[in-house]
Amino acid sequence: MTDVVATNETILVVGGGISGMTAAIEAAECGKEVLLVERSPALGGRVSQLYKYFPKLCFPTCGLEINLRRLKANKRIRVLTLAEVEKIDGESGNYTVSLKVHPRYVNENCTACGACAEAVSSEIDNPFNYNLDKIKAAYLPFNMAYPQRYVLDPSIVGTAEGEAAKAACKFDAIDLDMKQETLTLTVGAVVWATGWKPYDAARIQPYGYDRIANVITSVEFERMKDPFGPTGGKLLRPSDGKEAKNIAFIQCAGSRDRNHLTHCSRICCMASLKQSTYLTEAYGDDEAAKATIYYIDIRAIDRFEDFYKKVQDDPKVSFIKSKVANITENQSNGNPVLHGVNTEGYHRYDNEHDLVVLAIGMEPGADIKAVAPDVSTDVSGFIQVHEDNGGIFGAGCASNALDVNRSVQNATAASLRAIQVVNRVAGAEA
Amino acid sequence: MADEMKIGAYICKGCGLGERLDIAQLTQIAEREGKAQVVKEHDFLCSAAGVDTIRKDIEGEGVNHVVIAACSRRAKAEAFNFEDVAVSRANLREGVIWSQPDTDEARELTQEMAADYVRMACAETQAMHVPQPNPNHGSNKRILVVGGGISGLTAALEAARAGYETLLVEKTGELGGMTARLHKRVPDAEPFAEPQDTGLAELIQAVNDHGRIKVYLNATLSRTSGAPGQFSVDISTESGSTQTENVGAIIQASGFTPYDAGRLDYLGYGKSPDVVDQLGLEELARAANGGPIKRPSDGKEVQSVAFIQCAGQRSDKEGELAYCSGHCCNTSIKQAMYFKDANPDVDTMVMYTDLRTPGNGEDFYRSAQRKGVIFTKGQTSEVSADGGLKVKFKDLILDEDVEIERDLVVLATGQVANAGVDIEAAGGAPNLEGEEDEEGAEGAEATAGGNGEETGVSVLNLTYRQGKDLPHLRHGFADSHFICFPYESRRTGIYPCGPVRRPMDISQAIEDATGAALKAIQAVENAALGRAAHPRSGDLSYPSFRKEGCTQCKRCTVECPFGAIDEDEQRYPVFNEGRCRRCGTCMGACPVRVISFENYSVDTIGAQLKAVDMPDEFDEKPRILVLACENDAYPAIDMAGMNHVEYSAFVRVIPVRCLGSVNTIWVSDAMNSGYDAVILMGCKRGDDYQCHFVKGSELANYRMSKIGDTLQQLNLEPERVITYEVAITDIHRVPDLINEAAKVVDEIGMNPFKGF
Repeated sequence: MTDVVATNETILVVGGGISGMTAAIEAAECGKEVLLVERSPALGGRVSQLYKYFPKLCFPTCGLEINLRRLKANKRIRVLTLAEVEKIDGESGNYTVSLKVHPRYVNENCTACGACAEAVSSEIDNPFNYNLDKIKAAYLPFNMAYPQRYVLDPSIVGTAEGEAAKAACKFDAIDLDMKQETLTLTVGAVVWATGWKPYDAARIQPYGYDRIANVITSVEFERMKDPFGPTGGKLLRPSDGKEAKNIAFIQCAGSRDRNHLTHCSRICCMASLKQSTYLTEAYGDDEAAKATIYYIDIRAIDRFEDFYKKVQDDPKVSFIKSKVANITENQSNGNPVLHGVNTEGYHRYDNEHDLVVLAIGMEPGADIKAVAPDVSTDVSGFIQVHEDNGGIFGAGCASNALDVNRSVQNATAASLRAIQVVNRVAGAEA
Repeated sequence: MADEMKIGAYICKGCGLGERLDIAQLTQIAEREGKAQVVKEHDFLCSAAGVDTIRKDIEGEGVNHVVIAACSRRAKAEAFNFEDVAVSRANLREGVIWSQPDTDEARELTQEMAADYVRMACAETQAMHVPQPNPNHGSNKRILVVGGGISGLTAALEAARAGYETLLVEKTGELGGMTARLHKRVPDAEPFAEPQDTGLAELIQAVNDHGRIKVYLNATLSRTSGAPGQFSVDISTESGSTQTENVGAIIQASGFTPYDAGRLDYLGYGKSPDVVDQLGLEELARAANGGPIKRPSDGKEVQSVAFIQCAGQRSDKEGELAYCSGHCCNTSIKQAMYFKDANPDVDTMVMYTDLRTPGNGEDFYRSAQRKGVIFTKGQTSEVSADGGLKVKFKDLILDEDVEIERDLVVLATGQVANAGVDIEAAGGAPNLEGEEDEEGAEGAEATAGGNGEETGVSVLNLTYRQGKDLPHLRHGFADSHFICFPYESRRTGIYPCGPVRRPMDISQAIEDATGAALKAIQAVENAALGRAAHPRSGDLSYPSFRKEGCTQCKRCTVECPFGAIDEDEQRYPVFNEGRCRRCGTCMGACPVRVISFENYSVDTIGAQLKAVDMPDEFDEKPRILVLACENDAYPAIDMAGMNHVEYSAFVRVIPVRCLGSVNTIWVSDAMNSGYDAVILMGCKRGDDYQCHFVKGSELANYRMSKIGDTLQQLNLEPERVITYEVAITDIHRVPDLINEAAKVVDEIGMNPFKGF
């Protein structure tokens, strides 16, 4: 059984991405007891799947390394992975939380030596790479996965493969009898940091994400550029594996649209500007490399303006003010063809590109109302600051469409609000 | 530290180590060369039983220095986290067997690598002491907030609500700041459709009523000294009185000044009273109080208004702002609604190039469209005031030049940070030459103190050697510009928040201030325990120096990225341990090597590099030393091992806290000991620096640019010392860099100093 000690002076942080890690570490470094739960097998969240951050073009794993070191060194944080919150009952300062913990089939004896993966031959879709490639059914989710511990996919449990993995482990780390557990805990406050998910691109029918192989999303493009991504860091288009050089970026894919997400997802303009720099990285001065950004407004807000200017100065990048009407496929070469009107001067276009990247919108990663119905949300499901929320606080992209910097800022604020609750509890009980 | 050193070395045989390495030889090395009194082999050291073996030796046998010869320090960190003992990790798994081929031919070199790492870990631990908390720590837990606008009020109230005593210092006679000048604010809740009350009155009431908040009005900081947990501030009031208060941390919420619209005469400001900035419009709206807004010139009800976005912003023009102020699109939308809500027939036009209403601002934008506000994508070139206001602009949609007449024009101008003195311009900040003489220091004071006009009026008046305020970033905003760590300023325990650190709206400022309150609380809690703040959170070590050896060269005081070191009257360094972030840049800077940390010193690294068994020149086994930043380069090398990417077996890697901590003596020691090359791997430097200690990597690079002379004196080729910028993602590149260095050594030949 998973053994967890929590009291009404404990802060529960739900979600182990950058917002949840921030909220948890900041609170623990203030001396508070924290339980950090994450649905997937490892911490890191969506930022760990990004190749680079805007505007510094630095690497997300750099900050993750620091955060993991802070976390490993802090005995006040207890981490539970493969754990989901099912229900939150009670009131500020005294919540009862039900958690479902899925079996990992690998216990803490694991040294991450990799023997089980060598013994297993079946493969599963790799969720870290948005299922664009395969990974062994006994796997470490990614290079910086924490806990640094393998996972057995349930599909091989009860098969000869599962037994082979178990037999290969010299440390008795594989436990094929692990079962799903339900835990009930008491906590004082909850920071809800379940992040975001990309809007379902297939629902934007005119863009043909489900029909045209060479129409992909911005999060998939991000994995392509990563050396550990599905294409080994090369910009290869899905239809024929050819290098994509003439790339279109479509802004507001699902956002600012009454038929989809009504809000602006904030990060997508900067993400496309950032991704346009990947072309120079991939192709240097090759004149065939071109990025075309189809936009309504370029929202490079506040200090990000500098980055926008830098990209505007790049001769590879051009901008067309237009909401693309629809995309068709050139059957002869698989090229997507974009149709629409450039509103600056009202010029119609039918532009052919090697690859189309949809700057996909952001929606909440999990539904808070399913576990705590009284929490106030906006129409998109983001948690609003509201007194009805009691001791439950939204953090990061659970509270709004935010970039990384804003998420960390927001999560730090949420962490303080949770500290206020547990400090009141401690004060009242002292 | 009182007890005698007793070293226990624990050698793991798991994960293939037992099969690939001659463990018995490693045991012998730990005993004989490493002087370990207790040496144990274990099949599975990180298991509960393995860890228990170590723990029993610590508790029962008095082992106080532990050498773990197993996996990387990045693995199983929690299992091997023993308190009150010095721990060294010899990385035999990722660093040796996983980065070397599993072949018979490779066996000898692989074993040599492992043997050296055991020697190095033993040598390191012998030079280490177990750090004790800083005895000079302060435990004052009061929080000082500078600035009584929405950011400062929020920070003070949130800190007080968490149970902390708070002081709020406001330079004017009233609380509220810029928000007090607003008629209404942009909405922050569903349905995001109408301007809403600012909520300021309730906030001020809550601050005034809170028993833990003490408010100073008409007051500024005339002097701030000390360190987290023990700041001393002089609060001077307009009346001339000064009070000294002690606080533990400071939140700087000094806000912004509206850009001077008087500089935009081509947009009509100053030519007609009917051209106003956004604050000017708020004043008119407050006067109208929900009724029709009247224009200043003749009191006529405004029938037509134009909002000109990005006025003096997002501009390349001299004296204008290059950045976007973020809030102004939503603010103009709100202001257009002031007109529409009073009279739907007023013609309201917002002229923009990019309309920026992120998040739920989009709902607000749609609401304005429903109310009939017109949005035109156009570039305004001129507003003329001769015979009525005429706005000339290029309509970018219709692609034509247009002129329209308006009753009133509102310029959406930007926010200019109240970030105080630009200390780098004033000359107090780090100077890479590191040769600042007396005149320089005096000059800096003269500039900062005597020329307030040019460098701004100080907000904090810090007594710090490096200057009176937080260092500025581009465009005059205060620290920080880390993406993952937005609150990490370069002055420990001082946290900027609100528009002083980047342009922002009310919602963001409230959020930012709440987060800053947490960081201030964290700073006082850490300070009270005598331990470091981010990024080496919890580190108990701190720098100390031997005064006898110090030559008062001031490199440490100038180069410290965090302004932690002051100078006394004799120009000896004065370490403020509470301000120190433990990067070791001072240690790297010191030419006479008198600065050290208990567990990280010139000796802990020097001893490691000298512990390596140096083969004879004729053995054709070169040795390459890599000093790798532990934050990025070392993890990259580590992950190369995890991915079984092979690299030269001639390399010996030592992690360092920051490349800034690398003392050039290590490089000359390495050369004198016979290493054939030294590679320094640090983070990216420059504008988009990735160095967690901001300047460390840059300083190291500068120092190494001077190492050529030393090499020349030794008659060695400059190619033997190489500095690389390495990112944590360079998992495949790092092995290439190592292999290239091995090739270079192959070409230029072995270091002739071997064996001397």
